[in-house]
Amino acid sequence: MTATIEAPERRIIYQRPESLSEKSTHYCPGCGHGIIHRLIGELLDEMNLTERTIGVASVGCSVFAYDYFDVDFVESPHGRAPAVATGVRRVQPDKFVFTYQGDGDLAAIGTAEIIHAAARGELLSVIFVNNGIYGMTGGQMAPTTLLGQRTTSSPLGREVGAAGVPIPITEMLAVLPSVAYAARGSIANPQLIGRAKQMLKRSFEIQEKKLGFSIVEILSTCPVGWGMTASQAMEHVEKEVVSTYPLGVIVDRPLQAAQEA
Amino acid sequence: MTMAPVLMKGNEAMAEAAIQAGCDAYFGYPITPQAEVLEWMARRMPEVGRTFIQAESELGAINMGLGAAATGARVFVSSSSPGISLMAEAMSYMAGSEVPLVLLNVMRGGPGLGSIGASQSDYWQATRGHGHGDYHVPVLAPSSISEAVAIVADAFEIAERYRTPVMILADGVLGQQMEPVVTEYRNPPRQEFDWALSGAKGRPPRVVRSLHLQPYELEEHNDHLQKKFELIAAQETRFATEDLDDADILIVAYGTAARVARSACERAREQGVKAGIFRPITLWPFPSAALREAAGHVRAIVVVELSAGQMIDDVRLAVGERTPVYFHGRTGGMVPTPTEVAQTLLGAAADTEPDYWLPDDAGVPTLQTRAPSSRSEPADPDEILLRPVELFE
Repeated sequence: MTATIEAPERRIIYQRPESLSEKSTHYCPGCGHGIIHRLIGELLDEMNLTERTIGVASVGCSVFAYDYFDVDFVESPHGRAPAVATGVRRVQPDKFVFTYQGDGDLAAIGTAEIIHAAARGELLSVIFVNNGIYGMTGGQMAPTTLLGQRTTSSPLGREVGAAGVPIPITEMLAVLPSVAYAARGSIANPQLIGRAKQMLKRSFEIQEKKLGFSIVEILSTCPVGWGMTASQAMEHVEKEVVSTYPLGVIVDRPLQAAQEA
Repeated sequence: MTMAPVLMKGNEAMAEAAIQAGCDAYFGYPITPQAEVLEWMARRMPEVGRTFIQAESELGAINMGLGAAATGARVFVSSSSPGISLMAEAMSYMAGSEVPLVLLNVMRGGPGLGSIGASQSDYWQATRGHGHGDYHVPVLAPSSISEAVAIVADAFEIAERYRTPVMILADGVLGQQMEPVVTEYRNPPRQEFDWALSGAKGRPPRVVRSLHLQPYELEEHNDHLQKKFELIAAQETRFATEDLDDADILIVAYGTAARVARSACERAREQGVKAGIFRPITLWPFPSAALREAAGHVRAIVVVELSAGQMIDDVRLAVGERTPVYFHGRTGGMVPTPTEVAQTLLGAAADTEPDYWLPDDAGVPTLQTRAPSSRSEPADPDEILLRPVELFE
C-alpha cells in the first residue's frame, strides 16, 4: 500500500510591493529608509493608491525615493516639500499626496513650511524620518540630534548652551487643531515596524477621507553617521532615542471626535 | 475686436489678465508695491473656482507654484524685489526641472529692504538666470498696462511651449499707476504635457526633478537646456522702436524708463536733436542683433534706466566699440524727468557732433573737432547723471 502525499498549496507570502520599483536602493547597510519605503509601498498596494499617488521627495539621502517608488514624483528644494505638496494637492484634489522628509529637511530648514501646511490643514500625509543627523552630507548635527550626541559638527557632543535642545516637532505640530493625526513610531524591531505601518495606514486613511493634515514621525537609524554597526544602531533607537522622542499616537482627532460622539 | 479702454491699476490689470489667461492657481505673499495682485487674486480666484493661497513666505509661495505647475497647471506667482530674491532657489529648481510658471516681479528700490518706489535694479538678477546654475529664464518687460495685459498671456504661452519658468519684469510705477487699459485678454490654447504629474495610471511613472548626480548626465541635461535657450533666443526675441528713421541719437530703455524716454525724445526733437527709441521687450533674450543694426545708423546711444546702470552691460555687449554709449539713471525709487533725460540727449548729441573741415587763415582745409569743447554741461551735476562710457578701460 502506498501513501499519497499531497503537495502543500503554494502561495506567496512575501514579495516586493508592486508600487516599489525593481531598482536596488543606494542606502547604507542598517539604514531605515529601505524598511520605511517598503511599508509605504505595501500600503499603496493594499489601499490601491499607486495610480493616484504623487510623491514629493525632499533633499537628503531620501531624495532618490523617486527612483524606488513606481509612482509619480516631484523633487522639492530643501525643506519646501510641504509647500510643493500643497501646490500639487490643491490643483489635483482627487490624488493621494505624501511627502517623505528627513529631520534636517523638516525640522530645520523646512520648519516654516511644515508648520503652515499643518496650520492650513492641507490634506497631506507627511512621512517624517528622524535619524537625528544629516546623513547625506556626512553626519552633521541636526535640530533633532540628542543632547551629548557626537556628530561631525558637534565633535564634543551636542551641548545646550551652544546648540540648543532637540526639537520635538511632531508634538509641536499636534497642538494645532488642523492636525488630524500625529504619531511617532520606529523601525527598531519587527513589532515596532508593524506598529509604524499601522500609523502610516491611519495617516493615509485620514487623507483619503479628507479629515485633515497628518504626520507620522518614524525614528530611524544612521549607523554610518552614528559610528555604530547596524544592530547597535537599532538597539540605540530602541533604548536611547525613545527617551527623547517617546513612541505613540500623539493625537488622533477624528478618533477622539468619534469617541466623544 | 477693439474694446473701449478701461481705467485700471497696473497690478490689478495684470492679475485679471492672468485669470483671463486661464491661470489655475495663484500663490503670493504681501509685499509693496505688488500687494494689489495678491488682493485681487484673493477675491477673484475663489469666484472663478480656482486655487488661491496666501503663503507663509515667498519661499512657500513659489514652491507651492512649483508643485502645482509640476502637475501641468497654469500657475501665476507675484512678488517684488526682496521677495523675488527669496524665490531664486525655486526658480533655479524649476529651470532645471523644466517646470513652466509665470513669475511677476513688480520691482522696487534696492539693495536690501531699499524703498517701495519704482526701480529697475533687478535687471541683472532677472536676466542672469536669477538663481544658481547655468540657466536663463525668458524675461518680458512691459512698458504700459495694456502691453502688460497682453504680455501675461504671452508669458504663459512661452512658459508652456518651452517648459520653462518665465519672468515678467515690471516696476512700481507700472504696478501702481492707473491708465486707460486695452483689455484684450487672451487664453492661450492648452497643450497635452507628456511630463506632467497626474498619478501613474496606465502609463509609466513620471518624475519632475533637477537632480542629475552623475556629472556626465548633468552635462547632458545642461546641453539640452542650452539648446533650448538658443531656440528661445532665435524665436522669442522682442523689441519695439520709435522714430528711428532719421535719428542721430538712440535711446535704449525698457519699461517705465521707456515711457520717460518717449517724452524726453519729443523734447530733444523740439530742440533740434533727432532722437529715437529702441525698447527691448524681452530682456532675456536681449535683442542684441537688432540693436547692433540700429546702432549702425546713429551717432550715440543713451541708455536710460531706473538703476545705476545694468541693462547698459547688454547694450555694450551688443554694440561693442562702434558707438559711444551714454547713461542716464536714477536709483532708489527716483524716476528721471523727461527734462533731465532730454539734457543728457542734448549733451550726447553735442559730444558726438561730427568733425568738419574749415579753411584756416591761409585757406587750407583743416579738420575742426567740435567735441567735447562744445558739449553742454548738465546744469546740476548732483541731479543729472551723465557719463560717457569708457570701453575696455
